[in-house]
Amino acid sequence: MLEEVLVTVRDNPHIDPALTVWTWEIPAYLFMGGLTAGIMLFASLMILRGKEDDFPFVARKLPLWAPIVLSVGMLFLFLDLSHKAYVWRFYTAFQPASPMSWGSWILLLVYPVSILLAACTLRSGYPWLGRLVDRFRAGTAIINFACRHRALVAQWGLVLAVFLGFYTGILLSAFSARPFWNTGFLAPLFLISGMSAAAAVVLLGTRNEHERQTFTRIDIVLITIKVALIALLLVNLATGSRVQIEASHMVFGGDFAVPFWVFFVIPGLMVPLILEYWELKGQRRAWMMISPVLALYGSYMLRHLTVDLGQTSSYVSYVNTFDPTLLELLR
Amino acid sequence: MIRYAMVIDTQLCIGCGDCVVACKTENKLPAGLNRDWVVEATRGRYPDLTTEFRSERCNHCSHATCVHACPTGASHLWKDTNIVLVEANKCTGCKACIAACPYDARLIMAPDGYVDKCTFCHHRVEKGQDPACVSSCPTHCMHFGVLNDPNSAVSRLLATRQQKVLLEETGNQPNVYYLT
Repeated sequence: MLEEVLVTVRDNPHIDPALTVWTWEIPAYLFMGGLTAGIMLFASLMILRGKEDDFPFVARKLPLWAPIVLSVGMLFLFLDLSHKAYVWRFYTAFQPASPMSWGSWILLLVYPVSILLAACTLRSGYPWLGRLVDRFRAGTAIINFACRHRALVAQWGLVLAVFLGFYTGILLSAFSARPFWNTGFLAPLFLISGMSAAAAVVLLGTRNEHERQTFTRIDIVLITIKVALIALLLVNLATGSRVQIEASHMVFGGDFAVPFWVFFVIPGLMVPLILEYWELKGQRRAWMMISPVLALYGSYMLRHLTVDLGQTSSYVSYVNTFDPTLLELLR
Repeated sequence: MIRYAMVIDTQLCIGCGDCVVACKTENKLPAGLNRDWVVEATRGRYPDLTTEFRSERCNHCSHATCVHACPTGASHLWKDTNIVLVEANKCTGCKACIAACPYDARLIMAPDGYVDKCTFCHHRVEKGQDPACVSSCPTHCMHFGVLNDPNSAVSRLLATRQQKVLLEETGNQPNVYYLT
């Protein structure tokens, strides 16, 4: 038996009794980043393959959402900073060993490419917005530039989308101090999850039957891969070092068992998988709006639970008997 | 690189917490925040129990994962040493360094929001003094010095006594040693 008890006060906010430095903002940022990656990836692929007519929503309307979603994600990231006035410091240094530094510079590349991707599809996807932007000389110049270099923009969009999707996972998996995160499965899992979220947005937005059918199939494949990656991640943890085994116990009967299985796996993975399968079979058509909403919910919950599980999993587990309410009684 | 180390004799430590008070006083830490703490570790099965007290803090690791995780360079090594410091006006409060520390040794400074930690009292080390926690220890169980110097008190203690470091398996190469 080993019992380690703190005999002096340790009550550093957000560190004790368990790490809670990242709350909803970082999962929301990771979700938005993954969604942006998925949007750019699908849109770039359709543009490069010349499938604009077959997939009108993906190739013409979807790209505009990439810079919008990314901006909202960046806002969430900013909200998370506890020393906000120094946010500009991200861009005064490049730290090659820091995934977050890589991420901030990748975002600086993703932003203009996502805007160019949106610009080259604006006139066909949102004619009224295209006409509005065309009223400004700079707007016309950007749209014309993007249209002239359409293929190049899509190629960059594809490469950067994969980088961005992987980055959202590597950001967490690089933290060797947090056993639940320290697995290589997070990068492909978050990329696939981001693509699944983008496929769900397509299902919500498209009015084209062929596009809907194809992306329902794509989403079924992506959710299946996601389930397989999550299973492999858990196997990897459950057969790892002592701290990793302890981390895996949190979802197999620990505090996170109910949130993980009842609020994530069933409604966020299994139910949309079944509904989308039924939809392909021509049944339950009335429910076709529910499955993409649940798929989006599942993509967010994956990140929320991963962030929480990683912070809770730790190398140190001291018994902290400090009770701040008792201190209040003395005052 | 000059490698500073702290050596704590668990045979002498009585868990009085003077090191914690000295740190708070020396570094003027706000109420509720602590850079160091004391752990009472009990091992065995009743009645065959052994107890040790450990004064813990940042381990100023030779492989400092917190420094690697920092995206702005705010977490850095002081001069050519292993002492890990945070430059407040470079810190964005992204908290990556906090997540990267396996010892949970970092904290968020209130009310400003930048990340703070033990500095091995580098402002005292610069003047040739020991960190405040070491100076204040009533049982003289804490020692501080340069590991590169084979004649320093810390080197001689580590050469002659059994010792351990915390969480060696993380590969962080901590520089706070515990004599057992």
